[in-house]
Amino acid sequence: MAIFSIPGVKLAGMATTVPKHEVFNLEFDTIPEKERKLYVRTTGINKRRVAKPGTCTSDLCEHSAKALIAELGWEPSEIQVLVFLTQTPDYITPATAAVLQAKLGLSKTCMALDVNLGCSGYPYGLSVVASLLRNMPGAKALFLAGDVSSACLSEQDKSAAPIFSDAGSATALVQDNAAPAMHFNLETDGSGYEAIIIPQGGYRNPTTVQSLQVVTESPGIVRNKTHLVLNGINVFNFSVQAAPKNANALLEHFNISKKSVDYFVFHQANLVINESIRKKLALSAEQTPQTLGRFGNTSSATIPITITSEIQAAVSQGPCRLLLSGFGVGLSWGTAIIDTNAIVCLPVLEADL
Amino acid sequence: MQLDTFIAHIEEEFEDLPAGIITGDTAFRQLDGWSSMMALILIARIDSEYNVNLTAEELAEATTVNDLFTLVKTRVAV
Repeated sequence: MAIFSIPGVKLAGMATTVPKHEVFNLEFDTIPEKERKLYVRTTGINKRRVAKPGTCTSDLCEHSAKALIAELGWEPSEIQVLVFLTQTPDYITPATAAVLQAKLGLSKTCMALDVNLGCSGYPYGLSVVASLLRNMPGAKALFLAGDVSSACLSEQDKSAAPIFSDAGSATALVQDNAAPAMHFNLETDGSGYEAIIIPQGGYRNPTTVQSLQVVTESPGIVRNKTHLVLNGINVFNFSVQAAPKNANALLEHFNISKKSVDYFVFHQANLVINESIRKKLALSAEQTPQTLGRFGNTSSATIPITITSEIQAAVSQGPCRLLLSGFGVGLSWGTAIIDTNAIVCLPVLEADL
Repeated sequence: MQLDTFIAHIEEEFEDLPAGIITGDTAFRQLDGWSSMMALILIARIDSEYNVNLTAEELAEATTVNDLFTLVKTRVAV
C-alpha cells in the first residue's frame, strides 16, 4: 500500500492563475436550452475560463510562480527543485519543466522534471516534491500544476467541453525539520485507462490524416480522435467509490479524526460527483469548500484554486489541517493530509493569457 | 425494495413531469425531458438511495423502469 508519511517539509505558499476570458455554459448553443439548464444544475458549473489560443499551461503556471516568488521574497536562484505536473505540456519533447527553469530564471543547479497526471495530480505531485526535498537540508521547491484543457477538447462535445476550465497553480515548499509530517495514500487502476483519454496523437496511436476527421459520435458529441473523450458514467462510479474509501483509509491508518480536519478540499470534478462523495463521508458543505460554479474543473489545479479562492483567509492566518483528495484520469487517485501554518496564499489571479 | 418508491425517486429527477405518468412499463428514455445527462442523474440517484453502482453498459440494456428496478433489486440483494 502506498500509504506513507513525509516529515520535515513545509508548505510555504500558494498562488493560482486563470485566464481572463469566461465562457458561460447557458450559452453552450450546440444543445437545446432546456438541456443546457439541466447541465448547469447537474455539473454545478456556470462558467469556465478559456485560455487564448496558443496559451499553454506553463504560461499560467509561470504567472502564478512569479507572483508567489515575489510575495515570499524568495530569490529564483534559491530554488533547487521544480516539478511541473500537467497533461497539456508545451511540447511532447522536451519536458516543459526544463523550459520553465530557464523562463523563471532558476539556477542550472536546479533539478526539473514533468509529471503526467490530471485530476489526481495535486496530492501525487505534493508527495513527489516532498520526497525529493526531505533529504535536501533547507532546500526550496516549486510545484507547478494545472491544465489548459480547452486546447485538447472539442467545443462541440457536450460530454466534455462544459466541464473543463483552464488554470495554472504554483505551490512553494521548503525543507524544514520543524514541519509536521505530511500523510499520503496514493492508488492506481490502469484497467480503467480508457475512461478519460485522448485516443490518438501519442505513440500507441500516432496522428494520421484520419485522426483529424471530425465525427458526430451522437447528437451533441462532435469531435476528432485527438480530442479528449470522457466516459461520464464510468468516471462517476469510479470517483464516488474510490475517493471516500481512500480518504477514510488514510485517516484510519494514521489515527486522524475527521473532526481534527479543518477543511476537506476535493478535486472539483462536477457537482453530482462531489456531492455524492461529500455525503458518503458525512461532511457538511462548510467543511468542503467548492468552486465548481465559478472555475469549473481545472484538472490538477482545482485543489489550489479552491484553497486560494475559498479558504485563503484561514490558511493565511494560522494553523490549518487540510485533507486534499484528487481522483480521475489514469485511473489514479489519492489523498494528502497536511498541517499548514500561516502560509503565503494569494487570491486567485486573473491574467490576460 | 418497493417499485412505487423506486418510481417516486425517478419521478423526482424528471423536472416538469406530472406525478403518476411513470409506471413500471414506461420506457424511460422516451420520457419528455430525457437527455444523456439523465443517465448520469439516474445512476447518481440509484447510488445514493441503494448504494448500487450501475455501469453505462448495464443502464443501456434496460428499456423500461421495470428493467431498471429488477437490475437494482438483484444488486441490492447481493
